[in-house]
Amino acid sequence: MSVRKNPILRETSHLLIPAILLFALYVQFHGDYGPGGGFQAGVIFASGIILYALLHGTKRAEKVISLNLAKTFAAIGLLLYAGIGVFGILLGGNYLDYNVLTQNPVHGQHWGILIIELGVGITVAAVIISIFYAFAKFKK
Amino acid sequence: MLAITAIAIIAMRNILSVIMLGGIYSLISATLFVVLDAVDVAFTEAAVGAGISTVLFLSALGITGKHQVLARKNHLVPIFVVLVTGAGLIYSTSDMPAFGDPNAPAHNHVAPRYIEQSGEEIGIPNMVTSVLASYRGFDTLGEVAVVFTALIAVLLLLGLNRGSRQDKS
Amino acid sequence: MIELIANQYSYWISILLMMAGLYIVIDHTNLLKKLIGLNIFQTSVFILFISMGKIDGGTAPIIEEGYKVFSNPLPHVLILTAIVVSVATTAVGLALVVNINKRFQSIDEQEIEEIELEEE
Repeated sequence: MSVRKNPILRETSHLLIPAILLFALYVQFHGDYGPGGGFQAGVIFASGIILYALLHGTKRAEKVISLNLAKTFAAIGLLLYAGIGVFGILLGGNYLDYNVLTQNPVHGQHWGILIIELGVGITVAAVIISIFYAFAKFKK
Repeated sequence: MLAITAIAIIAMRNILSVIMLGGIYSLISATLFVVLDAVDVAFTEAAVGAGISTVLFLSALGITGKHQVLARKNHLVPIFVVLVTGAGLIYSTSDMPAFGDPNAPAHNHVAPRYIEQSGEEIGIPNMVTSVLASYRGFDTLGEVAVVFTALIAVLLLLGLNRGSRQDKS
Repeated sequence: MIELIANQYSYWISILLMMAGLYIVIDHTNLLKKLIGLNIFQTSVFILFISMGKIDGGTAPIIEEGYKVFSNPLPHVLILTAIVVSVATTAVGLALVVNINKRFQSIDEQEIEEIELEEE
């Protein structure tokens, strides 16, 4: 694999990958105010990890996030989303009703949206990373 | 531009260049979404279409090996089917509201409430996020569940779970 | 006539792209290329939805001082989720193609048909 030996690509990726991951987090938590949100952030985060896996091989990437860890996180994200809905019922509201999360309804909406966007982001990132691993590790 | 890329994809025989053109096609459509005011959608399309799906197609191509696209001998039947479908759809557009018309039915049902009330009810400036996460929370929950199910399907089809268990034992 | 074209051309563009995608799905025998055709088809539907949400003189649906007219946010939400779901379903399709290749050593429809006929 000549791509993995190319020093320019490797060094550039060392500069770029932290920036990509940081940008993903910015998109995740700034989604309320500008364009962005969980779906986009998840995809950008996953593309950072995939870039690392392409340049350094899946083995080294799996030391950062293994396939099993990614699968677990995919489930955790979905459970976080569904769990907020159940939490709303426990506090006396409807399913996925954020108004009851805090004393102030508008504040509750903020919390609800922040948490479910986080759930969406975690699931999307983990799903795309694990799909990539699944294709990369497939033996003919 | 989009139409030219799509026609180039039809004409290409080499599957690798078809995949690369598919990435270019996604990027062009992302710029089109920016022009049409859909910044969130453009963001997603640029990241997903031009990035992730190209990588996935390339890794699948790496597994299957490079195949040339063989030409089918009879093009007439597909062309006929496509032309009939297209003609029917274009005929039906004569009843559709004009492009950019503020009085179109789509803008007068629930959208005014989202635009006028979401600032007070939700309190965040990005309407797309507030509709996505709050007004249509069930919808998004379903979509996330679909993405999760797709992961399970891919892992089952590629048989990775079985492999890792054998490795341990 | 010119008014008709100016009013409806956004629909015609998405129909044209849809026809291109449909043609690839029907006519080409390579399964990977069929999936690319499906992606083009999907993108044409996305463009149809987004162009319906556009309002003349509107801006992106983010509340900001000084702007009163916004494009319809609802199609944006629907298509935003549809794009991410489309990549997940494409991945399922690719996994199927990879499995077919494992079984038949080919991803071409006609070759697979021939192999199946020989085996019977």
